Amino acid sequence: MATDTSKTHAMDISQLTRTAARHDLEQEDVCLQVDQLSLFYGAKQALFDVSMTIPRQRVTAFIGPSGCGKSTLLRSFNRMNDLVDGCRIEGQILLHGGNIYDRRVDVAALRRQVGMVFQKPNPFPKSIFENVAYGLRIQGINKKRVLDEVVERSLRQAALWDEVKDRLHDSALGLSGGQQQRLVIARTIAVEPEVVLLDEPASALDPISTLKIEELIHELKSKYTIVIVTHNMQQAARVSDYTAFMYMGKLIEFDSTDKLFTNPAQKQTEDYITGRYG
Amino acid sequence: MSLAQQNRPSVREWIKSGEPVIWLNAAAVTISALAVIALIVLLAVRGFSHFWPNDVLQATYQLPGQAAVPVMGELVESEEVPVEQIRGSGIAYDGDAAFLKRDLIKRGNRDLSGVDFGWYLDTYLTDISKPAEVLVLERREWGNFYGRLVAVQEQGESVVDVAANAQLAQQELAQRLQRATDLFEQIRNIERGEIGSINYAMEQLRLRGRALDLRADEMTAAAMTDARAAIAEERAALDQQYEALMAQLSELYQALNRDQIAVAAVDGREAVIPLAKVVRAYYPNSMSTFDKLGFYFAKLWEFFTDEPREANTEGGIFPAIFGTVIMVLIMSVLVTPLGVIAAVYLREYAKQGPLTRIIRIAVNNLAGVPSIVYGVFGLGFFIYIVGGNIDQLFFPEAAPAPVFGTPGLMWASLTLALLTLPVVIVATEEGLARIPRSLREGSLALGATKAETLWRVVLPMASPAMMTGLILAVARAAGEVAPLMLVGVVKLAPTLPVDGNFPFIHLERKFMHLGFHIFDVGFQSPNVEAARPLVYATALVLVVVVALLNISAVTLRNRLREKYRGLDM
Repeated sequence: MATDTSKTHAMDISQLTRTAARHDLEQEDVCLQVDQLSLFYGAKQALFDVSMTIPRQRVTAFIGPSGCGKSTLLRSFNRMNDLVDGCRIEGQILLHGGNIYDRRVDVAALRRQVGMVFQKPNPFPKSIFENVAYGLRIQGINKKRVLDEVVERSLRQAALWDEVKDRLHDSALGLSGGQQQRLVIARTIAVEPEVVLLDEPASALDPISTLKIEELIHELKSKYTIVIVTHNMQQAARVSDYTAFMYMGKLIEFDSTDKLFTNPAQKQTEDYITGRYG
Repeated sequence: MSLAQQNRPSVREWIKSGEPVIWLNAAAVTISALAVIALIVLLAVRGFSHFWPNDVLQATYQLPGQAAVPVMGELVESEEVPVEQIRGSGIAYDGDAAFLKRDLIKRGNRDLSGVDFGWYLDTYLTDISKPAEVLVLERREWGNFYGRLVAVQEQGESVVDVAANAQLAQQELAQRLQRATDLFEQIRNIERGEIGSINYAMEQLRLRGRALDLRADEMTAAAMTDARAAIAEERAALDQQYEALMAQLSELYQALNRDQIAVAAVDGREAVIPLAKVVRAYYPNSMSTFDKLGFYFAKLWEFFTDEPREANTEGGIFPAIFGTVIMVLIMSVLVTPLGVIAAVYLREYAKQGPLTRIIRIAVNNLAGVPSIVYGVFGLGFFIYIVGGNIDQLFFPEAAPAPVFGTPGLMWASLTLALLTLPVVIVATEEGLARIPRSLREGSLALGATKAETLWRVVLPMASPAMMTGLILAVARAAGEVAPLMLVGVVKLAPTLPVDGNFPFIHLERKFMHLGFHIFDVGFQSPNVEAARPLVYATALVLVVVVALLNISAVTLRNRLREKYRGLDM
């Protein structure tokens, strides 16, 4: 895997020394590797030849104007695009060296490894407990002791335990939007994925809930690889270690967040982050 | 624009203001509401006033140029008739009124006079009185008897004469009638319950014997003899039980036939009526309002819980209520899974294209096919083809009598399930389409397969929509009569489709239905006047049954909705 990384990203010593030492793409473990990925919705091409590596246990943010393909790219990491009629993929995405678009891949198993949280909180119309236990029940785990333990651990990790521990069996629909989104995150990490994909997780929330989600992302990155799509550049700057800027279906620039925001290599990136378009 | 102009708006402005539309809408709602209320009130008044014990009139009826006849009976209704019509019927009316009042009197005594209703011209009815001692007997045969009690008899010997002691005679009648009613109830329980079970068991034995005959060449002679011996043994045991019961019955019958009463009709003719044939004996003219209320509710209770008598013109409608409800329940059990599965396939799995569109149009059009067509289909396909083959394969021993190859509860329910299938499919499909995409994605993103997502998230959330479909289906099925006449409903079913004999639910049996009962009582009855109030009463019961079935389904749906409340969908 290390060789793959060095092939796709040529070393640039001068750049390396200028960026903050703690974020160096070349020295990270690779989790997901995107290899010349093109994606079509029918005749319309949505992604053009994207190649990048997502480092393990780091937060990677995708930014870019609306319709630039950042959500599409995110959704191709757990093959959510399969659900769209007429969606076609060229190139590959490797998870631990295996192509997730291989015909033999069990999509359900892949999605357990690569979990996803959506823009709008989407708790199931079940109790809080059952929402978190859902992924486990799907896997046939119904032992109460195991479920209790996992539910508590996941809710603690999602910083929701103290707020809901007394009403675990109430409907999840009674929670506030921010709580619902944290519940959805708890539900996602309950199945212990490797990667958590967040698709604009805070865009439907108020500022305080947004802050809580951002703190949560910080907490979670010690255990999970996190990929977040956001159209809020401050948020990307606050929570991510690496940032990718996309425009019109192309990956324009991908680098450590510090560098991308302070010293972008591309003119387009600079224009976008200084607010000239987008 | 000046103020004066604003004060006098033109018609155009009034129309533009939208007020006429509001009035129109309000009028439409009012008419609908009034129609419903009028329907219920008409049915209730016409139907349920029938059970009230009206006063019995006694009068003298003398047409010009004819002898005077005494008349006794209940006034049912009155109407105005043109004089020409009366003269035309041969009555020499010499007054100068253009219309005459005519009364319909229920005079009973069908065994004596042949007809139990008669029209009387009000002008010629004289000496109208309501004697307190008039006795009305509600009988198991021949309808009501109106007259006077003469004596209470035991084994043909008079016990008390009214002439001697009227009060004692009335007491004696009440006591002995109570005893006869109890005995009759006992006899009926034995006949229906134990003897019914024995007959059922005997029939099963007979069929087992037939089955043995049919399989004679596959069995060894020894096994055959053993099997026959076993059957014979069981039959002997049953015979013995049967004999014992028959002995008990004949004793009861003897006891039942002990008492009679001698009664006199208003024209002086006397009759002896066994108490075994009497359901109720009462003196309407001397009953207080409170007594009448008690009587009314007793009659009403009988109407709801008893079996019909006298070609459905007397007694209750319980078997029809029961048949209607159980048929709708079985239909629901059949149609819901079928409709839901079809809808799930159409909406979730089938590739959306011209073919699915055609199927959808076809399904929608099925809802518009006249119901009698379904009846014909049910008869031709379910009964003759499916039922006939089931009989050949599984019940060869019953031949030539059909088991499933004849109209019955199962086929009626199945036919109605087919009839209501489109509603369930359409409603479920709409419900499935309304489940937000985000929820399905949420489930898929947790590693659930499409089937798991459907089963655990989508279907539970679509359940209120399925219930809506079921509500519409029930509403349509419960009121349907035409197809049922072809596939299983009868005028009078000897047994209920559910009883205590294994397997308890007998889907092959014919059953009674409120809708058909209305038709039968209203149009096929030998005694139209007696049956008419029952038509209204039964119609109201049908409306109430359908409403109750609907309300329970709606309650269930609202519960489900409550569960998924707060979800924007």
